[in-house]
Amino acid sequence: MEKRVTFKGLWLPLLLVLPQIVITAVFFFYPAGQAIWQSLFIPDPFGLSMQYVGLGNFEYLLGNSYYRASFVTTAVFSILVTVVSMGIALYLAVLADRLIKGSGVYRTLLIWPYAVAPAVAGVLWLFMFNTRVGVVTWYLGVLGYDWNHVLNGEEAMGLVVVASAWGRISYNFLFFLAGLQSIPKSVIEAAAIDGARFWTRFRTIVFPLLSPTTFFLLVVNIVYAFFETFGVIHTITSGGPQQSTTILVYKVFSDGFVGQDLGSSAAQSVILLVIVGLLTIVQFKYIERRVHY
Amino acid sequence: MATVSLEAIKKSFGSTDVIHGVDIDIKDGEFIVIVGPSGCGKSTLLRMVAGLETVTSGEVRIDGNRVNDLEPMDRDIAMVFQNYALYPHMSVFDNMAYGLKIAGTPKSEIVERVDVAAKLLQLEPYLKRRPRELSGGQRQRVAMGRAIVRKPSVFLFDEPLSNLDAKLRVQMRLEIKQLQKRLGVTSLYVTHDQVEAMTLADRMIVMNGGVADQIGAPLEVYANPATEFVAGFIGSPPTNFLKTDLASVATPGASTLGVRPEHLRLTTDPAPMSGTVLYSEALGAETLVHLKLVDETLVTVRQNATDPLPDEGKTVGLLWDARDQMLFDAQGRRCASDAA
Repeated sequence: MEKRVTFKGLWLPLLLVLPQIVITAVFFFYPAGQAIWQSLFIPDPFGLSMQYVGLGNFEYLLGNSYYRASFVTTAVFSILVTVVSMGIALYLAVLADRLIKGSGVYRTLLIWPYAVAPAVAGVLWLFMFNTRVGVVTWYLGVLGYDWNHVLNGEEAMGLVVVASAWGRISYNFLFFLAGLQSIPKSVIEAAAIDGARFWTRFRTIVFPLLSPTTFFLLVVNIVYAFFETFGVIHTITSGGPQQSTTILVYKVFSDGFVGQDLGSSAAQSVILLVIVGLLTIVQFKYIERRVHY
Repeated sequence: MATVSLEAIKKSFGSTDVIHGVDIDIKDGEFIVIVGPSGCGKSTLLRMVAGLETVTSGEVRIDGNRVNDLEPMDRDIAMVFQNYALYPHMSVFDNMAYGLKIAGTPKSEIVERVDVAAKLLQLEPYLKRRPRELSGGQRQRVAMGRAIVRKPSVFLFDEPLSNLDAKLRVQMRLEIKQLQKRLGVTSLYVTHDQVEAMTLADRMIVMNGGVADQIGAPLEVYANPATEFVAGFIGSPPTNFLKTDLASVATPGASTLGVRPEHLRLTTDPAPMSGTVLYSEALGAETLVHLKLVDETLVTVRQNATDPLPDEGKTVGLLWDARDQMLFDAQGRRCASDAA
């Protein structure tokens, strides 16, 4: 049985997919092509002429210790954002799943942070942790801790991680909750009768059955941490102090638009393009075999 | 091995009462079937014994110990669920071994006990498979195996056969009965199927709207139903109910008269009662004749296949022996004068 819709002519289907193709072409293929093209040149500071350098930009980047450091920063940042946002989301989802009364309100409130734009979230956290007037900074001061993310690289990293993970918790929470609720209740009850207490049940039954959701979120969150956290970092630290929060995406921006090194910036974009491509392949391969048990 | 006793068990969800007080003492090794239509509270009753539902009031005792406040795992029970509730990410072996592993049983003993159960249930070739690679009947066996290996004091079955096709259901029914006989474990079995109840039970509890209408051995319940509901629910085709005034029975207090289809005979004499033949179903060994009485009541007569078939549309007389009739009052209870 052919279940797909089939069209007789060629024009109608073309017309139907045209909007998507146009959007992809204008906002993805064209800039991507530009980036690849520009990564092969070094333009002069005024943008009047370009000199062809082949893979020179890439060679320079890979030999550059700042760029390699940015890779490490990105890895640390992505892992922290993913672990923090998924961990907290899973914890909240498990609690919400056990809730009988008021779960609607609880869920709605938990979903709100997702609606806050990254830049706004960044400013929000920046206010709370402002070194002079921040509420949290003040309380930390009372406790005897001198918070200063402007000078301390580790504190800066902590702050951008928290600000990036915060909005993400809502998104992960939704998926985890849906995942938890799709586990048949009788399987949990059977485990309870078999003698498994809450934590054992979670470790041996719930978490394994949740693994498709977990894996999906892992990929999605890494992609998010890699590419969509620009706004948070820009508003809070601008990549500082001493590049300690300059992740790859932020370096593309700062090298290209602040440092005016468009050739290197384009080469970095191409490298990111390859990374996101690989992540997408992993995700698609996985989605094909979504149910693995 | 254990006795189970329920004492004035009640259950409410919010302000809705679903079980209005059930009492029963179950002997060690007895097979009890809880039967009733959907929504009568039979599954809730079982889940209260399992500890999956709290008991609103009353006492649940297993082997004399009050278990109301014990967690399911501390009650020494095993349960077979309607949808089997196998762990989908584990092999058949791991499914059966799960409870033992948690209990910290030595590995060699786990292997031994699972092997014994697998042999008993003919699951040996499938131990490495995942549940999704098994047929419905095999999954059912794994669920039973998981219950058996733990050697619990009480087995609880929650409609374990209702997801199987008719033929398999009959076969598994026999297997469950034999298994329970061999292991001698006290069992509670919930079903909506009165045939399962009749064939499996040592004693059955017929539930109706949260009340245990009757508790007794299957044949005793069949022969001597305590209420109109029980008479109608147990037996297929169901008992015929006639208005007492139409049947010209003048017992004070009696409003309905019940007669089983096999106790009715067709005659040519239209007195004292007659009906019009609607249609006949010849089932081979027996024939069911459906009639309509003058007051529109539908009546089924079960007769031997060798008896002559009445023509459709023909008016025939109905006869039965007075000792086979059951009289019920307006509330559906058996009249005291009538109960044997």
